[in-house]
Amino acid sequence: MKYIDEYRDERIVRSLAALVARRVTRPCNLMEICGGQTHTIMRYGLDELLPSQVRLVHGPGCPVCVTPLETVDKAIEIASRPDVIFVSYGDMLRVPGSRLDLFRVKAAGGDVRIVYSPMDAVKLARAHRGRQVVFFGIGFETTAPANAMAVWEARREGLDNFSMLVSHVLVPPAIRLLLGSPHNLVQGFIAPGHVCTVMGYQQYEALSRDFHVPIVVGGFEPADLLEAVSMLVAQLEDGRAEVENQYVRSVSYEGNLPAQRLVESVFEVGDRKWRGIGVIPQSGLRLRAEFARHDAEQVFGVGDISAEEPPECISAEVLQGLKRPTDCPEFARGCTPENPMGALMVSAEGACAAYYHYRRHSIHEVSPC
Amino acid sequence: MCLAVPGKILETEEHEGNRIAKVQFGGITRQAFLNFVPEAEVGEYVMVHVGFAISRVDAAEAARTYQLLEAMGLLESELGREEPVS
Repeated sequence: MKYIDEYRDERIVRSLAALVARRVTRPCNLMEICGGQTHTIMRYGLDELLPSQVRLVHGPGCPVCVTPLETVDKAIEIASRPDVIFVSYGDMLRVPGSRLDLFRVKAAGGDVRIVYSPMDAVKLARAHRGRQVVFFGIGFETTAPANAMAVWEARREGLDNFSMLVSHVLVPPAIRLLLGSPHNLVQGFIAPGHVCTVMGYQQYEALSRDFHVPIVVGGFEPADLLEAVSMLVAQLEDGRAEVENQYVRSVSYEGNLPAQRLVESVFEVGDRKWRGIGVIPQSGLRLRAEFARHDAEQVFGVGDISAEEPPECISAEVLQGLKRPTDCPEFARGCTPENPMGALMVSAEGACAAYYHYRRHSIHEVSPC
Repeated sequence: MCLAVPGKILETEEHEGNRIAKVQFGGITRQAFLNFVPEAEVGEYVMVHVGFAISRVDAAEAARTYQLLEAMGLLESELGREEPVS
């Protein structure tokens, strides 16, 4: 496919890795934020092509993985009601709540459906006016415009039986938290290309300046990611800390203004809890008061549900780049994609699942445990 | 989750105030809303995420960066041959 195949060209990918090897003179830790990028790195073994000085660590960029346990519990509570059609992106169904997951609710007779787009949920609400249709609105800035459009459209059409359980998160506050931590070991960031397609990259300039850290907006194909790594290494070697854009074919400085305007009309910024990390101030989106009739937390009165995460899961450290999935004694033993203990093992974009699918064998060769 | 896939706009239509495109991804076609890229035209490539086009692929930039990458690839493979050990 055009704009994909050429960025998977092995000759170019190897050349970029060789270029990094030539430029780098000292060890550095670089973090990719987005789970889609983590998946590409593992799938193509990009970390193994790079020189040993360049260590890629994986950030908290999988929305499925950072959706807090209590929000999953809220979803389960709502989806268990007989009058509800609960609609979600597929990945969320296997995320374990405190006691159940959405798949088990479905198996027990709950009407839980998977869709490709939030507009499919609006379509369901149109077709089932006598039932409540609830969409699980998760995601980063990339997905916010689509979810905002679903709510906007439902209000426009007077679909009072449509509501959204919102758990939207924002990338820059998470990067700020990581950089401000005394344990931070990240010296350069690959900013998520599709988040920046929507939001632009002006928000990243303050982060780069405040923490003197290079940030490169990167795409999702192997050549994109290695070019972004090469740009970061060049900045580190030159002593520069700037925001640069590798993913020019999709990302502009100001981003997608019509999409930003709609998000702004429907959502407002607020504090948000991240699974494995805790509450990050001003790091999420919630529905504005004028959309209260489409806010599933209010419609179903589930705002008070809270939950504590299982202590044995090391997701928190993995999400912050402090530990690798393989540092966990439960990895590929008590915790597998079929029977996940934590959300990072659920989504294909979670670091634990990515390691499990693409690196399990080499891991066991290195560290038989 | 934040995956967006490049596809080519085959045709567009207006439906209840929304502009909707038929977009081709390899051998598959799907519908995508064009509300966020109102100026996108038939024949252009757009990045599509959960049923919405979120950007128009900048063909000139894509060609330019790809040429740079390819030039780098050729250069590196030639230089690579001269290097005894890497």
